[in-house]
Amino acid sequence: MTRVGRFIGRHFVMVLGLVVLLYLFAPIVVVMLMSFNQPKSRLSYTFDGFTWDNWLHPCQPYGLCDAVSTSLRIGLLATVVATALGTLMAFAMVRHRFRGRSATNLFIFLPMASPEIVLGSSLLALFVSSGFGGKLGFWTILIAHVMFCLSFVVVTVKARLAGMDGRLEQAAMDLYANEWQTFWRVTFPLVFPGIMAAALLSFSLSFDDFIITNLNAGTTVTFPMYVWGSAQRDIPPQINVIGTAMFLLALVFVLAGELTRRRRTRSAR
Amino acid sequence: MSAVGQLGAASAADPVPPPERSGRKLTAYLLLLPGGLWLLLFFVVPLVSLLAASLYDPNGSIENGFSMTWHWQNFGTTMVDYAKPFGRSLWYALLTTAFCLLLGYPLAYAIAMKAGRWKNLMLALVIAPFFTSFLIRTLSWKLLLSDNGFVVGALQWLHILGPDGRLLATTAAVVTGLTYNFLPFMVLPLYASLEKIDRRLIEAGGDLFAGPVTTFRTVTLPLSMPGVVAGTLLTFIPAAGDYINAQLLGTPKQRMIGNDIQRLFAAGAYPTAAALSVTLMAAIVVLVLIYVRRAGTDELV
Repeated sequence: MTRVGRFIGRHFVMVLGLVVLLYLFAPIVVVMLMSFNQPKSRLSYTFDGFTWDNWLHPCQPYGLCDAVSTSLRIGLLATVVATALGTLMAFAMVRHRFRGRSATNLFIFLPMASPEIVLGSSLLALFVSSGFGGKLGFWTILIAHVMFCLSFVVVTVKARLAGMDGRLEQAAMDLYANEWQTFWRVTFPLVFPGIMAAALLSFSLSFDDFIITNLNAGTTVTFPMYVWGSAQRDIPPQINVIGTAMFLLALVFVLAGELTRRRRTRSAR
Repeated sequence: MSAVGQLGAASAADPVPPPERSGRKLTAYLLLLPGGLWLLLFFVVPLVSLLAASLYDPNGSIENGFSMTWHWQNFGTTMVDYAKPFGRSLWYALLTTAFCLLLGYPLAYAIAMKAGRWKNLMLALVIAPFFTSFLIRTLSWKLLLSDNGFVVGALQWLHILGPDGRLLATTAAVVTGLTYNFLPFMVLPLYASLEKIDRRLIEAGGDLFAGPVTTFRTVTLPLSMPGVVAGTLLTFIPAAGDYINAQLLGTPKQRMIGNDIQRLFAAGAYPTAAALSVTLMAAIVVLVLIYVRRAGTDELV
């Protein structure tokens, strides 16, 4: 066996794993590449030539930036509301024992286990039957997004809370901190990374949602709906600019989080 | 990001808090109230109105309104008319789940057991695709699988695909897209449960003269079952309701039930659309219950 063969033999699982990661990344490479595309005709979706134009004029296609701004506004609002409500629920679930606790757990899990098309269509059924059928738009989308983000927030924050060492809080109390001080000085800073992760997750879920939004949007156009609409006609390369920019922005967030985490663990030693 | 990694299996390890003074019980209910109310109003109540809408008189229209006639026949007629896309959705979802498991397990295993200090980076890379829009990524698959793309070229060169063979607008393309989209939902819970396995148990397998395959089959795989169950559910359920991949990568021949539900709602045929939606939900609930019971994990929720 050659050296390469032996290397692959020893690291077989790792090589397999990296191949799968490659599969996950192939379309992202295409998105990045296509963001520099200069299509020959409006209907062409192949790489015809290189240009910086798309990055310099991302708002050129009509309505694109309006759609992005609508998505950003909905995403931020939905994240704030869902993170707040979900964090409260997570605290109740982990820190308290009450009647109906396991039923509540199931109740929180169910929206995550329902197909989006069912969530979306049932909300539409509610809005139509309660007379809001003509008022679909920003607010109905927001209501829907908070609903499906909530469960993900609860699960994420719960995981962080459950993995926390309760003795740290006991120590604070032993050192005469009252409940309020203990919460803000000990509990909250320890849970905070979990809350941030939940917020990031909420935002990306909301920004990316199409199926539920499409049913409840009325005439409002979010970014995914804009992409969907243009996929039926011509696909402006600027869409890929937005996709790439979002990706890079998220990467910066994740790297910054990772760096602060490393620095903290190093200084703790 | 590690909190996201624990997503699927987070609920598995759920310690019951110690008993408390009764005054704090009220606090628990107060903490739950706002979020619970939101879920009640915008998740439970809508499901009820969906059920109601599925029993409306199918002759109604948006202009004239729908009247409640307890028209149970809606379910019968939709099942006859839409049996094909319905079965196709479940079949595609099953294929997708199988491929996700096949691809996701080695990746999750590599991250949990072999990655060492690269673990966090690899996890971040698994989540990273989430941050470019799902629709844009599906559109990229359209390009990757196109007739003059390199995937088709490579497969033709290997004689897997005939000279006129194509990928785009076939079942293969739709399932590729679905697998791609839901793979992270398989990898994350698998990773979470593989990570928790006590390495000494696997070493013990080797010490007792089991080969790597036997050790994997009798120790690692059974211990990772909670992750397998969570992952398969998190891929199967959304895949069954998806219509984006079928629409962008397939043809009307690959139409899934989601395409029909969306189309009927957009056309204002609420009773039929609602009946289809209710049937999909019911089918999924039944399948999930059977599956969870057979897999023997009640820790999931």
